[in-house]
Amino acid sequence: MIDLNKLTITRAHKDMSAGKYSVRDLVDAYLEEIEKKNADINAYLHLFDDIDERVEIAQRMFDDGTATLLTGIPMALKAVIAKKGQVTNAASKILRNYRAVYSATVVERLEQQGVVFLGSANTDEFAMGGTTENSAFGVTRNPHDISRVAGGSSGGSVAAVVANMALSALGTDTGGSIRQPASFCGAVGFKPTYGAVSRYGAYAMGSSFDQISPVAKTVEDTRIVFEAMRGADDYDMTALPNETWDTDNTKDKYKIAIPRTLVYDSSDEVKKVFDDFVEKVKSSGHEVEDVDIPILKEVLAIYYVLIFAEVSSNMARYDGLRYGSQIEGKDLWDTYRKTRGQGLGNEVKRRIMLGTYVLSAGYADKYYEKALALREELKGELSKVYEEYDFILTPTAPVVAPKIGSMENDPLTEYLMDIFTVTANTAQTCAISIPAGVGADNMPIGVQFMAPPEKDDTLFDIAKSVKV
Amino acid sequence: MTIIGGKTGKTYYPTIGLEIHAEMKTKTKMFCRCKNDPFNSEPNMHICPICTGQPGALPFVNKLAVKSVMKVGVAVGGKLADFSEFDRKNYFYPDIPKAYQISQYQYPLVSGGSLAGVEFERIHMEEDTATSIHKSDYSLIDYNRSGVPLMELVTRPVIRDSETAMTFARELQLLLRTLGVSGASLEKGEMRIEANVSLSEYGYFDGDFSKLGVKTEVKNMSSFKMVGKAIEYELNRQLNILEGISDDKLVQETRGWDDNKGITFSQRSKETADDYRYFPDPDIPKYKFSDLPEFSYESLKNELPELPWQTRERYMTEYEIKEEDIEFYLQNPNFRALFEEAVKNLDNKHAYAKVSNYITSDLAGFEKNPPMSLRESADSEKACLQNVLGEELAEIIKMLEEGVISSRGAKDILLELYKSGGDARKIAEGKNLIQKSDAGELKKIAEQIMVENSEQVEQYKSGNEKLLQYFIGQGMKATKGSANPGILAKVFKELLDE
Repeated sequence: MIDLNKLTITRAHKDMSAGKYSVRDLVDAYLEEIEKKNADINAYLHLFDDIDERVEIAQRMFDDGTATLLTGIPMALKAVIAKKGQVTNAASKILRNYRAVYSATVVERLEQQGVVFLGSANTDEFAMGGTTENSAFGVTRNPHDISRVAGGSSGGSVAAVVANMALSALGTDTGGSIRQPASFCGAVGFKPTYGAVSRYGAYAMGSSFDQISPVAKTVEDTRIVFEAMRGADDYDMTALPNETWDTDNTKDKYKIAIPRTLVYDSSDEVKKVFDDFVEKVKSSGHEVEDVDIPILKEVLAIYYVLIFAEVSSNMARYDGLRYGSQIEGKDLWDTYRKTRGQGLGNEVKRRIMLGTYVLSAGYADKYYEKALALREELKGELSKVYEEYDFILTPTAPVVAPKIGSMENDPLTEYLMDIFTVTANTAQTCAISIPAGVGADNMPIGVQFMAPPEKDDTLFDIAKSVKV
Repeated sequence: MTIIGGKTGKTYYPTIGLEIHAEMKTKTKMFCRCKNDPFNSEPNMHICPICTGQPGALPFVNKLAVKSVMKVGVAVGGKLADFSEFDRKNYFYPDIPKAYQISQYQYPLVSGGSLAGVEFERIHMEEDTATSIHKSDYSLIDYNRSGVPLMELVTRPVIRDSETAMTFARELQLLLRTLGVSGASLEKGEMRIEANVSLSEYGYFDGDFSKLGVKTEVKNMSSFKMVGKAIEYELNRQLNILEGISDDKLVQETRGWDDNKGITFSQRSKETADDYRYFPDPDIPKYKFSDLPEFSYESLKNELPELPWQTRERYMTEYEIKEEDIEFYLQNPNFRALFEEAVKNLDNKHAYAKVSNYITSDLAGFEKNPPMSLRESADSEKACLQNVLGEELAEIIKMLEEGVISSRGAKDILLELYKSGGDARKIAEGKNLIQKSDAGELKKIAEQIMVENSEQVEQYKSGNEKLLQYFIGQGMKATKGSANPGILAKVFKELLDE
């Protein structure tokens, strides 16, 4: 028996290298857990049909000595990341049976290293939401309490890892979509600097915010996956060039800023865990100071205006004409109306409509342009903070995982859950969420370190250095 | 040119502005690696996740296309942008797979500049749409053209008549072809012209748009002639409405040109402006060209070939050939190359004129309308312009100058070269076209002829000097045309005048 609870990528690699078990054994152990738990958790929408083939390839890499750390590692893949030949439906009815015609750059890179992707992980439809309740194929439940949400939008990816249904997983993070479920489920979620990882093949939600992001049980595992997939890409002009990337920015002692007034908008249980964590940071030898960063209060507004705008354009291609489910109408416009009207869910439609509004003539200057200008201001303010501090530390989310259905028809409350996470995406910087403790009902609570662009390595360093 | 209303006697000022889309000649499409070859392939052969708008696919800018647009900018003396970006133009249609076209809105690559006296407003870069083929009860879409790089050139509304519009459009086609940035064929749709036409009662455009009349946008012209005809028709149609002769209403709209009927017809009302919700495409980083040396004005300028107006001037001063010959060379690069090659081997203006004449009338004639002797010859298949080398063409001119061949002989050699190539002098010898210029030899022949035609000699001597031509004719006959007629005349004259 492989102890999946304690397994890490490095451990699994050592074991398989030593022949303690084969890739097949490892993958089967996870498939068995999926068999047992997925019906309750609903982390996976479906499994891929090429697992056996991938297992063989990985095993061969061990046999002929070309295995890397990631060879044979079973991972889950969020349903908005394309894998060639596999149904990649974004948890949307409009793409229900859509098989991707190409693989995302990250999928290619990880498969080259021998990763075995087990299946397509549940998400809010097209990654829009913070609970996976917007999935067209059912909510993902929190492995710690199945009456609660796993968070979102990468809820399926995170729940799969926490429930031992994958050793690691890929999600996307547009406004907190990997960090918030990591916080709700007690995992490590890492959101890289914008452009660190190619977005080619990740279904665009907010193109200037999206980053493909790893989730795992340990900081080191997220680092391993990140390192394997980052780097420039001839298919993504926004991917950062390798030459300018500095991989060693670590220090022995860090200086950390806490935007205290913002933090105190959290629930009591979150505040308590957070305060305890801050003490641990101090006792680990780092310097912590409260700072006032007034613009952080505006970020939610900036974020949502820009996200809606980009969503309205990015979602327009789903018209059922070239791929996806088409509902034929009496003419072209009726077909568009029926296909999109019935194929897309409410949250997606809400964002399309709001985005169309903020980009419309006469309104673009009031909303879109203003938000763009404020985004630049935010970047400026943050870079001032980062001149003096290495990190900004906040809770990951203001609350623990809510009960399923508790925020139905209340999108504003749901949007508020992103208050701490949207900053890193809006400023295109990097952030990591790590487990810090549990709340009143034993539900996990995470904290988040944010760092300036391209200082991703310091996040792994600080996260490892604080002893929880 | 102003138009006077026949009924009211009012003066109307035509205002015409052109919008031209030119498909760019690049190896690959604008944002992906698919072959840019929309006209010569089976439908949907050159497609990929990017140009069919698959989920998650991203654009990657074709630098060469951007460079080509900027070269056009340099050529017309426009201002190159330092900052530029790509924007999304959002609208739904089956031929636009992402439901937005990547275009440029606020920051075009080029602003200003002028060509053939017409000023440009802007030149920008965008992607072409797919091609729709409408059948009776269904439509087909070919994505081969989807994402082909497209240059949009917009003139200021400063054109006042259809003639200027046509001249400008022709000149633009020539420029795009000279730069090698577009095939620019109107027939193939590589160059698409839209004319914005209006009539004002207040004068020509002076920067104040409110003075202009209601404009219509005319499309679907697939030749320069159609551009002229459509503008003429539209001006006249608008005049009739303004004069109250026609009951139609003048509205802002898009009108198509129907060449069979010779009319424009309403296609789409433009009274409510479309809201395309332009915004900067977040998938494409913004350009700061001063950071990119290969896009600098100087380096682009160095890459320019000789431009049409520069060629005109050079040909005028260096070769002094006819204006129509110069235009012929500008339109026909193959003939031009031949001319340039030939004149390298010649050294005087008389020779330049002569060689140009052989190229523009004889060789161009062979290409256009091959003579019977060529069509019937065994190697008519192999006959082509490429057989004729500039050097050999120059050789023919030199032989003419030396008096070694006659102009009749020159044409025979030319045809032979065209048929199967070769060495001009050898052909002249082989075909016995070398003229006999040896006065001594010709004198013997002349004396013989005079003996045989004693009667004519008598007549000549008694004053009928016109008979000299008769003797020359006899001499040519006796030498089977190989005598130099000038020398022959001289010889006869000497003998007869003795």
